[in-house]
Amino acid sequence: MIQLIDISKEFDGKQVLKGVSLELHDGETLVILGRSGCGKSVTLKIILRLLTQDSGRIVIDGEDTTDYPEELMMPLRKRMGMLFQGAALFDSLTVSENVAYALREHTRLSEQQVEAKVAECLAFVEMSGTQRLMPSELSGGMKKRVALARAMALDPKYMFYDEPTTGLDPLTSRKINELIKKLQAEHKVSSIVVTHEIANAFQVADRFAVIKDGEILLSGTADEIKGSKMKFIQDFIKGGVISNANQ
Amino acid sequence: MTYKTIASASGRLFREIYRFAAFHWEVLRRTVRPPYYGATVWEQMDRIGVDSLLIVMLVGFFTGFVLAFQTGYAMMRFGAKIYVGGIVAVSLVRELGPVLIAMVFAGRVGAGITAELGAMQVSEQIDAMRALATDPLRKLVLTRVLASVAMLPALVIVGDLVGIAGGLLVGVMNLGLTVSFYKSSVVNALVFNDLFSGFIKPVVFGAMISMVACYYGLTTSGGTKGVGEAVTRTVVVSSVLIFLLDAVITKLLFLIGM
Ligand SMILES: Nc1ncnc2c1ncn2[C@@H]1O[C@H](COP(=O)(O)OP(=O)(O)OP(=O)(O)O)[C@@H](O)[C@H]1O
Ligand SMILES: [Mg+2]
Repeated sequence: MIQLIDISKEFDGKQVLKGVSLELHDGETLVILGRSGCGKSVTLKIILRLLTQDSGRIVIDGEDTTDYPEELMMPLRKRMGMLFQGAALFDSLTVSENVAYALREHTRLSEQQVEAKVAECLAFVEMSGTQRLMPSELSGGMKKRVALARAMALDPKYMFYDEPTTGLDPLTSRKINELIKKLQAEHKVSSIVVTHEIANAFQVADRFAVIKDGEILLSGTADEIKGSKMKFIQDFIKGGVISNANQ
Repeated sequence: MTYKTIASASGRLFREIYRFAAFHWEVLRRTVRPPYYGATVWEQMDRIGVDSLLIVMLVGFFTGFVLAFQTGYAMMRFGAKIYVGGIVAVSLVRELGPVLIAMVFAGRVGAGITAELGAMQVSEQIDAMRALATDPLRKLVLTRVLASVAMLPALVIVGDLVGIAGGLLVGVMNLGLTVSFYKSSVVNALVFNDLFSGFIKPVVFGAMISMVACYYGLTTSGGTKGVGEAVTRTVVVSSVLIFLLDAVITKLLFLIGM
C-alpha cells in the first residue's frame, strides 16, 4: 500500500500541490484525473522521490520514506515501474538495451535470459522484433510502448502510468488498457494511471481521484464519479476529456 | 549597480558555490563503495581520448613550434640558442602543455559532457535512470570524472612530446641545431620537479573540468535553450578555474620547493 499524506509542493513560488492525500491499496488501479498542469506528473514523481515534497509524508508498504536519502529509495524503486509521460527512453541505447537496463543492473540473469525477458516484455507491448532499433527511429506511440516494456521488466509490484494512452490510436490504446488490467490480474500489480481520456479511465479504474487547484476534489469509484453533482466533474465526463475552458 | 543587486548577485554566487561543493561531496561519497561501472569508465576513456587526440597533437605541435621560434629569436641575440630545446621543454611541461591542453579539453570534452547530460536531464532520462533504481552520480558522473582524470594527463604527455618535437623541427631547420644537440638540451633541462608539476596539474584540471561539466549538465533546466546555456557556462567556468587553479598549484609547488 502506498499512502500520500498531506503532500505540498511549490515551484518558484507557485503552489502546485496544496495538501494532497491519497491511498493506493494493494491490487487496485487508481486513476488520477485533472487538468493539464494541475500536478499529476509531479505527484507520481514525488512518490518515487524524483522530486521532493515541501511537506507531507509518503508511506510505502509501511515504510515512511519521507526522510529517506537516495540510497534507501533504491530498493523501493526496484519494486516500482514508472512510465514517463514523454517515454524518457535512453536515446543512446537500443530498444533492447533500454528494456534490459534494469535487468542488467539489478539481476544476475545470463545474457540469454536477459534477451528472453526482453523479448517477452516487447511481445507484451506488441513491439516484437524492434530490439535493434534506436529510440529516434520510433514513433511516439512506439516509444511509449517500449518505455512500458522497460518499466515492467523487473516485474514491479507497483506501476505508475503517466498518460499511457495519449497519442495512441484507439486500437493500441485498448491494447494498453488490457495490458494494465492483465498486469493487475496476473501479477497483482497495483497501479496509478494518470490520464486525460475518460473512456480509457473508466476501462481500467477501480477508483478515481480528481485533482483540482492542488487538492483532491473527489475520490471514489466509477459510480461515485458518474453520480457526482460537481460541475467540474460532469463537464469533464461529458467532454470526454478535461477541457481547459472550464475552471 | 545598487547595493541590493550586488547583495543578491553575491548571494546567488555563494549559493551556487555551496551547491557545487555539495555536489563534490555527493560524488566523493560514492567513491568508497561499488558499483564503479568499470566498463563504462573504459568506454569513456576511449571516447575522451580518441575525441581529443588529434586536436591535442595540433595544439601541442604549434605551441612547441612557436615557442622555439620566439625563444630562438630572442636567444640568438645573446648567442644562447643552444638552450632553446631546454626552454621549450620546460615551458611546455610545466605550464603551457597542461594549461593549453586543459583549455582544449574543456572546450571539447567538458562541453560534450554537459551537452550530453543536459539533454538527458531535460528529456527526463536522468529521472528515468533514478526511477530504474540506478544512480546517475555513479553511472554518469563518477565514470566521466575517473575517465577524465586518467585521460587528461595522458593527453598532456602526448601534447608535450609533440610540442617538443615541433620545437625540434624549428631548431633543426631554422636555428641550425643538430638533433642530438636539441635532445640533450631537453634532457638536461628537465628535472623531476618539472615532470611532477606537469603531471599533477592535468590530474587536477581533469577532475575539475569533468566535475564542472557534470554539474552544469545535471542542473540544466529550460529545454534545449537551457542545454546551450549550460554548455557555455561549463566552458567559461572551467576556463577561469584552469587559470585560477594553475596559479594556486604553481604557488603551492613553489612553497614546498618544487
Ligand atoms: N521541475 C519543475 N520545475 C518547475 N516547475 C515545474 C517542474 N515540474 C512541474 N512544474 C510545474 O508544476 C505544475 C504541474 O506540472 P505537472 O507536470 O505535474 O502537470 P500535469 O498535471 O502532469 O499536466 P499534464 O496533464 O499536462 O501532463 C506545472 O505548472 C509545471 O509548470
Ligand atoms: Mg503530466
